[in-house]
Amino acid sequence: MELKDLYREIVNEHNLRPSHKGEMANPDLVLRGVNPSCGDDIILQLKLSADGKIEDAMFSGSGCAISQASVDMMADQIIGKTKEEASELSDVFSGMIKGEITDDDELEDKLDEAASLKDISHMPARVKCALLGWRTMKEILENPEKNEKK
Amino acid sequence: MTNVKDIRADFPILDCDYVYFDNAATSQRPVQVMDAITKFYKESNANPLRGLYDWSVDATEKYENARHTVAGFIGAEKDSEIIFTRNTTESINLVAYTYGLDNISEGDEIVISVMEHHSNILPWQMVAAKKGAKLIYMEPLEDGTITEEEYKSKITDKTKLVAIGHVSNVMGITNPVKEIAEYAHSKGSVVLVDGAQSAPHMKVDVKDLDADFFAFSGHKLLGPMGIGALYVKNSIMEKMNPFLRGGEMIEYVTRQDATYAELPHKFEAGTVNAAGAVGLEAAINYIENLGFDFIMEREEKLTKMLMEEMKKMPYIKIYGSDDSSKHCGIVTFTMDGVHPHDVSSVLNEDHVCIRAGHHCAQPLMQFIGAGSTVRASLYFYNTEEEVGVFLDKLKGVRKVMGYGA
Repeated sequence: MELKDLYREIVNEHNLRPSHKGEMANPDLVLRGVNPSCGDDIILQLKLSADGKIEDAMFSGSGCAISQASVDMMADQIIGKTKEEASELSDVFSGMIKGEITDDDELEDKLDEAASLKDISHMPARVKCALLGWRTMKEILENPEKNEKK
Repeated sequence: MTNVKDIRADFPILDCDYVYFDNAATSQRPVQVMDAITKFYKESNANPLRGLYDWSVDATEKYENARHTVAGFIGAEKDSEIIFTRNTTESINLVAYTYGLDNISEGDEIVISVMEHHSNILPWQMVAAKKGAKLIYMEPLEDGTITEEEYKSKITDKTKLVAIGHVSNVMGITNPVKEIAEYAHSKGSVVLVDGAQSAPHMKVDVKDLDADFFAFSGHKLLGPMGIGALYVKNSIMEKMNPFLRGGEMIEYVTRQDATYAELPHKFEAGTVNAAGAVGLEAAINYIENLGFDFIMEREEKLTKMLMEEMKKMPYIKIYGSDDSSKHCGIVTFTMDGVHPHDVSSVLNEDHVCIRAGHHCAQPLMQFIGAGSTVRASLYFYNTEEEVGVFLDKLKGVRKVMGYGA
């Protein structure tokens, strides 16, 4: 998909009207994710249920439309998943953006709408933007000692 | 009257539908520069300053001729006041690691401005940290002006070195470096001028500015990447220790000791970038042939056209002076509701090349309260038509991003 169409058809909706943006009351895990070169700066907040599932995911902060839309779509995908499943999805997303996983059926099956960012893999300058939320999520799930919850 | 169409024929890369407005990052090169480099490798290539045979003598002569051209270009008194480096960054680091570490002590102050490029900040942070000196920042008014009151309040008897950009790579403003140098000298400080953004656009005279150090890069003024220059006043260079040590910067070496080559070779260790220097010389010849009157007139005309139209767009905020003649071809801006990287990506789809980000000037971004910005920067080979295309495409960006207008 051409970049302009990607913005119009997918990214703008999540960027301008995000479903998961804001401050969460009593999150369990909080981590700031930054792309220093472009100034994308988010704070990811996760709420976990007693059985280890992600009950809710929200983000605050600012950044380019691709970073914001990507993290909003990520939240859609990981709510209801176990920590292990969410971490695995991060690997799939990252594999897609880096051009290592190219099978459309597999990607759509696992990532749902987030698979629509596949063409970012052809835009090296924007790869970091798309990955920011997913990278931050994986980091906090696998390194809970980095929790920045106050 | 020089014709822009004829000029553009010298720049093969411009023969396409791309609009290149990132000239402050690096300019394009004319065939004359590329041909000069090829000619050097085809006809004169040998290691300069070493061999006693014809080819090496020829390479040495070409390299030293280039030094003479650079000296003339910036008004240096002697060729030996010019040290070839890789770029402005290396030039400033050379000064920081030699003059800086040797002459700045605990309690001394280094004065720079908050508008500096990182390459004129980080070397001084290093010197300040290693020597226990203090790094002091001059701050501009909103339009980019560093006032007399401001520099006189920051430069004091404690100041040992003032390092200032001649032209800001973000605001485009020309700083009063001559006045600052005069005042700094009266306080016993030396002055380094970062000329990366001025040398391509205006006649520089280091003697008139009375700069002790003047640094610039070749690649921003039509020259090849990887060649730059550092001017150092002769009386100061004589007392400086070497920066890099090794081949060709020596006079005599024993097992434990060495004496150094004459100036400026003492500061050019290892095999030099002679082809780069020859390319830089061709670039300077090209610029001098056009003349800075022509270059400045073209840039001012295009910048005026660009800024006047952008001011009509209510969702655009331009940083720096309201006066387009004070922008040196650089227009930095933000667009309401659209991140600079999205502006850049959408414009790229329309084959318009501009810069988005912090422009290696994060303290300035913090000072003006912008996380990042978009920068369009022009050079003499840009055209009115290109400005028109840029404005037209810029107007379309917000719509692509989901806004009504």
